[in-house]
Amino acid sequence: MPQALEGSQALAYAVALCRPQVVSAYPITPQTHIVENISKLVADGKFQCEFVSVESEFSAASVAFGAVMAGSRAYTASASQGILLMAEVLYNIAGTRVPLVMTCANRAVSAPLSIWNDQQDSMAVRDAGWIQLYCADNQEAVDTTIQAYLISERCELPVMVCVDGFTLTHTLEPLEIPSQEQVDGFLPPYHFARTLDPARPISSGTLVSPDHFSEARHSHHQALLKAAAEIIAADDAWAALSGRHYGGLLQQEGPEDATIGVLTMGSIFGTLAEAREEGNHAVRLIRLRAFRPFPVDALQAAAAGLKKLVVLERALSPGGGGILGSEVRAALSELEQPPAIYSYAVGLGGRDVPLSLLGAVLERIEERPGERFAIFDVEVEKLPHEDR
Amino acid sequence: MKRDEASNSIAIKVAELRRRPHRFQGLASGHRACLGCGEALAARLVMEAAGPDVMIANATGCLEIFTTPWPESAWRVPWMHSLFENAGAIAAGMEAALKAQGKTTKVLSFAGDGGTFDIGFQSLSGMMERGHNVLYVCYDNEAYMNTGIQRSSSTPHAAMTTTSPPGAERMGKRHLKKDIVSIVAAHHIPYAATTSVAFPTDLRKKVRRAMEIEGPTFLQIHSPCPLGWGTEGEESIAVGRLAVETGLFPIIELERGQLTGVLPIREPKPVIDYLKAQGRFRHLFQDHYKAREELEHLQALADHNIATFGLAGQGVDRHDSSGINRVQREGVRSA
Ligand SMILES: Cc1ncc(C[n+]2csc(CCOP(=O)(O)OP(=O)(O)O)c2C)c(N)n1
Ligand code: SF4
Repeated sequence: MPQALEGSQALAYAVALCRPQVVSAYPITPQTHIVENISKLVADGKFQCEFVSVESEFSAASVAFGAVMAGSRAYTASASQGILLMAEVLYNIAGTRVPLVMTCANRAVSAPLSIWNDQQDSMAVRDAGWIQLYCADNQEAVDTTIQAYLISERCELPVMVCVDGFTLTHTLEPLEIPSQEQVDGFLPPYHFARTLDPARPISSGTLVSPDHFSEARHSHHQALLKAAAEIIAADDAWAALSGRHYGGLLQQEGPEDATIGVLTMGSIFGTLAEAREEGNHAVRLIRLRAFRPFPVDALQAAAAGLKKLVVLERALSPGGGGILGSEVRAALSELEQPPAIYSYAVGLGGRDVPLSLLGAVLERIEERPGERFAIFDVEVEKLPHEDR
Repeated sequence: MKRDEASNSIAIKVAELRRRPHRFQGLASGHRACLGCGEALAARLVMEAAGPDVMIANATGCLEIFTTPWPESAWRVPWMHSLFENAGAIAAGMEAALKAQGKTTKVLSFAGDGGTFDIGFQSLSGMMERGHNVLYVCYDNEAYMNTGIQRSSSTPHAAMTTTSPPGAERMGKRHLKKDIVSIVAAHHIPYAATTSVAFPTDLRKKVRRAMEIEGPTFLQIHSPCPLGWGTEGEESIAVGRLAVETGLFPIIELERGQLTGVLPIREPKPVIDYLKAQGRFRHLFQDHYKAREELEHLQALADHNIATFGLAGQGVDRHDSSGINRVQREGVRSA
C-alpha cells in the first residue's frame, strides 16, 4: 500500500530495513531530514542501531569506516560541503575496499553559497573509487538504497546513492515501503572477510611501495568494472520481489528510430519524460543510473542510430566543460558513426528545470550546430558586459 | 621471592623469574624504527600491559609507517590505519560496532603529537565528548617526525625543527608547548594521564589502569626521538628521564578533570642538563643575550610546572622519579 511520505522519511525507513548496526552522520541541508528521521526511529525503538552523532562529516565517514572494519554494517549520509570535507576519507574507504552505503543528497558546492540542488558534490568525488548510482525519483531512491547494500557487500566496494536535494529529499510522494520480510529475503546477514578480530589479527591500511601500488589500483578498477554485473543482478532480483525495475545501469525511453537523443542523470529525467510525451517529441531519452562504473557498453548500445546526442547535467568542470558530457563523448567516439555530442549544464544551484527545457534544447542545437559546451540557462542580461 | 621488611628489599631467584610467563608481545621486533626510537619502545610497553584482546586505530605517523611496510606487519593484534587526522573517529566507529555486537574487546587509538595536538584534535575531542570506551594513546615526540622533523604544537618552546629553525631573527620555536592533557581532562573524562617511556613501570601501570575503565581515557607518553632531538640512540632513556626530573615534562594523573596524582621529583635537575644533551637546543648555548633569555625562560617554565602540579618530592620515596624505576614487577628490589 503506497503511503504519502517525504523522500527523506522514506529513505530513513529504507535504511532501517537494511539493519545497519552503526549509523553516523552530521547535519547539512538537504540531507538533514534523513538523519533526523533516522534519529527518531532510533529514539522510538523502531530501529536498533548505534547512532553516532559526530562533530563533523570527516568523522561521520571515519566512524562508519571504523564500524565496518570492526564487523558491522554501517550507513552515513551527507551533501555538498560535507561530501568535500569527507573527500579524503571517501578515497580511503574505497581504496581499502570495504562495503558501505551512503546517501548523497545532491547540492551545489560553495562559493557562491547555495543550499539548493545540483550534482557538483558527488561529481567532485567521482574518482574516489565508489560506485555511484543516481536516482530519478523517491521510489527508486528507496529501492536503490536497499539494492546498494547487496551490491556493496557482493563487490566489497562502497556505494554512494545520489538523490537530488529538495527535488527528491523534500518532496512528498505516494511511496511503497517494502516489508522487513522482503528486505531480509533480499539482503542476507553479512560477514566482512577482513573484519578486525583479536582471534585472527590482521593489519589493514599499511604503507605500500611503488612495487605494489599499481596492482592495488588495478584490482580496484577491475572490481568497479565487475560491479556493473552486480548492479544489474541486484536490480533484477529486486524487481522479482517488488515488481519495480530501474533498468540496471541505464534507462531509456522514446522511439526506436529516433535520431536525436537526450541523456541525463537523476531527477531531470522525469521532467524530460513528461515534456517528451506532452510535446510529442521524437527523441530518445537516456538516463544513466550508474555513473561509476561508467556503463560504456550499455551506453553505446543505447546510442545506436543517433545522429545527435544532447547531454544535460547538473555540474561542470569550469574551464573544461561538461563532466558527464566529456565522458559520454569519449565513450561514443568508439562507435563507427558517433553522434554529435552537445554538452550543457542546467539546473545549477537549484535553478528550475522547467518542462519547456526539452523543446528549448532541441531548438538550440538546430540554431547552433557544433556547440561543444555551455551553461544552458544563463540569463545574460544579469551579467556585467565583460562576462557575457 | 622473599621480602625483607627491615631493608625493604626482595630477593628474587633468576631461575624463578625465567619460569614466569613472558609479557604479551603485541608489537613484535623486526620493525623499521630508528635505533633508540622512544615511540617504538613505548608502543611495545603499551601492548605488554594492554594484552591481546584489543583492536587498534593508528594515525599516520612514524609508528604506523615503521610497523607496517607491506606485505609485512609487526602487529600481533588487529590493527588498522586510515588517515592522519581520524584515529579518534575510527576508534569511535570500532567501539560503536563492538557495542552493537555485544563484544568487549577494548579499542585503542594510537597517534603522534601531530595527529593528537593538531590535525586530529577535533576527532579526538568528539570521541571523548561522546564518551566512547576508547583508550587514546598519544606518542609525544614533540614534532612531526615522519615528515622530517617539523614543528607541532607540542614542540617545546625554543626547540629547533625544520620549520622553526634558529637564525638571526629567531631562537627556534616561538610558541609554548600546548598543555594537551589539561585540555583533554577538561572533557571531564574518567582518566587522563601523562607518562614517559623512561618510566616503564609507571607507563604499564597507567595503561592497566586505563584498560579497566569503561569510557574514554587518554595517555600522553613522552617518547624521545633520537633523529629529531639530536641525540644518540642509546641516550633516549637518559634524556627522557631528564625531561621529567627537570620538571619540563610533568608526570600527572587527572580524574574527571581533577589532578589526582603526580610522580614526585626527588631532586629537580637544572633544565640546562636536559637541554645541552640535545642538538635541537644547541643554539641556546651560543654567546648571545637572546639565548640566555630563552634558557632562563625554559627554567622558569620548569619551575612553574613544579609549583603548579606540586612535583617537588618530600625526601626519599620509592615511588618518586628516582625510586620508581627500581620497582620490579610486583616487588621492590631496593629503594
Ligand atoms: C592530511 C594530511 N596532512 C599531512 C600529512 C603528512 N604527514 C604524515 S605523518 C605527518 C606527521 C606525523 O607527526 P606526528 O603525528 O607527530 O607523528 P610522528 O611521525 O612524529 O610519530 C604528516 C605531516 C598527511 N599524511 N595527511
Ligand atoms: S624519526 Fe624518531 S619517532 Fe620516527 S622512527 Fe625515528 S626515532 Fe622513531
